[in-house]
Amino acid sequence: MGIVFRDETFRDDFTFKNSPEHIRRFPFPFHEDSYMYAVNIEPHVPGPKGSVLENLIDVDEHYVSEMRDRALVLAEDPLRCQSLPHMTLAGWDLLELLMTEQAKGYPEHFSLTRDGDKWHWINRPLGIDHHFVFGDLTTLPYGPMEYITRQSQGDFCILDQRDGNLWMDAGIVTTQADWSLDFDIGMNFFEWHAPVPLAHEKGIFTRALKFLTNIQQGKPARRLNWTMTINPRLDTSPENYHKWGADRATVTPENVGQKVHLRVELQSFWRLPRSNAMVFPIRCYLIKMDELVTSRKWARRLHRVIRDLPEELATYKGLTLYRPTLVEWLARYDDGAETSPGFGPD
Amino acid sequence: MAVKSIISRPVYGTLSPQPGSDHLLIADAEGAAAILDLAKSAPADFFAEAEIVFIPRDTGEKYIAALKALQPARFYEGPSIAAALPRLRQRLSTAHMGLRLYLTGTEGLIGQAMQAALEAGIDHKSIQTEQRGSLARRVQCVHCKGITEDVTTQPARCSHCGLMLLVRDHYSRRIAAFQGVCINAEDPSQVPPMEEMFK
Ligand code: HEM
Repeated sequence: MGIVFRDETFRDDFTFKNSPEHIRRFPFPFHEDSYMYAVNIEPHVPGPKGSVLENLIDVDEHYVSEMRDRALVLAEDPLRCQSLPHMTLAGWDLLELLMTEQAKGYPEHFSLTRDGDKWHWINRPLGIDHHFVFGDLTTLPYGPMEYITRQSQGDFCILDQRDGNLWMDAGIVTTQADWSLDFDIGMNFFEWHAPVPLAHEKGIFTRALKFLTNIQQGKPARRLNWTMTINPRLDTSPENYHKWGADRATVTPENVGQKVHLRVELQSFWRLPRSNAMVFPIRCYLIKMDELVTSRKWARRLHRVIRDLPEELATYKGLTLYRPTLVEWLARYDDGAETSPGFGPD
Repeated sequence: MAVKSIISRPVYGTLSPQPGSDHLLIADAEGAAAILDLAKSAPADFFAEAEIVFIPRDTGEKYIAALKALQPARFYEGPSIAAALPRLRQRLSTAHMGLRLYLTGTEGLIGQAMQAALEAGIDHKSIQTEQRGSLARRVQCVHCKGITEDVTTQPARCSHCGLMLLVRDHYSRRIAAFQGVCINAEDPSQVPPMEEMFK
């Protein structure tokens, strides 16, 4: 049985929502009642059936609508997709990875047939049936990175590895938590992380970089990151911040449940075979507060995390304006009971 | 936003004469004084093959005679950084491996000359920098992508789209600019006062 793709929007009338099954599989990011930055990296191995980790590249009910939203962003702003000249080979690597993983995980929706360099790709949800020659740019309508990431959920950064560092030399970024690919392209690991508070001082980035540069092909790793977003807006870019920033002032005790979303990024790290570059998919999951509190454990825990979040993190994540309203609303779902360790719902 | 510098921000040093014979010194305004200071410790033949590119800006005639007195092989005086850039790009694109580059003056000058040098494939290790004079910033508006030169206030108005921008410390060497982000997006009715911050 295939996925039933929802027809929904992430802008204007914001019709996005999660089905009950998708609420249960939401990657809740807090394993305890408080949160601080850490080097939270683990091997990216398949997880339980029905979870977002069942397949290493996850496709879900929002796929078709997310791809439509990406196309709208790119039409407005082509700078969201950039690749420095030396990154084309890595783009082909990424195309291979995403086609292979999607076809393996979802054979009813995607298929890839390879005959030497002659590849045949079928993407049924998006109505694509395409013969092309692997490595031949003239046989694709876009560069290889853009072609395949217009058909894959989540943002993607491709990092070139040299001088013991990672360099953000290509990417497609339309569902980001308020950072600009156009500004950051060409930067190294420490430079693009420069705005993050506290983590540099804790040595987190030095240790994380050491881990990442040693990742080997076939042994991807992952971590979770999170923030909050008002309205289910995928494109919370700095480019458009002057348009969506005012949303943060619209939160009231009455609309928290529908307006405020926990935004979780499942980030993974993959070594690419031909280019030796690293790809960093940032898969974004949204859940409304009304949906989240259907799990008593998640509700209790999120209340405590947001209430006790260090000020620097709250400011960086842009929660300042509505945090009190949110905490008060969540408090109603926190009876003070203990929460069990680990991520899952009750 | 923390006032202390962040990692994407370049760190500048003090110019000192490097070995080799092919020296290109690029300065604006008070950067001229850094070249004159470097000259004090330079070997006698240092300027024999050297070129000085100087944009006086508000220093007018103050440094011209002193720089010329160093007797560089070539001396170019430009009316603005923008006007000097095409010439500089040409010079850099035909540069030999041994070229030593010295950039000094405002961050805007250093950043843009650095950008041209990196585009020409010059190794950043053969480039020296020293910041002198005004701390004015070159700011890219993240919204319209327009660059506003010589920003001295916080916040600052984008000279292209007119938005009121928070000037961040986050810096891109590729764009040679700091990032400007709308400061009153959460409540456009609030217009914070502009203060002189980068003088
Ligand atoms: C190579 C892969 C990675 C890329 C491309 C990447 C990219 C980014 C970017 C663009 C930001 C936003 C910075 C801004 O405010 O402008 C960010 C934030 C952050 N990154 Fe990374 N990152 C990577 C790996 C990691 C790893 C391995 C860690 C491990 C600890 C990490 C920890 C963080 C943290 C803690 C933040 C702040 C997030 C928040 O509070 O919302 N990153 N990252």
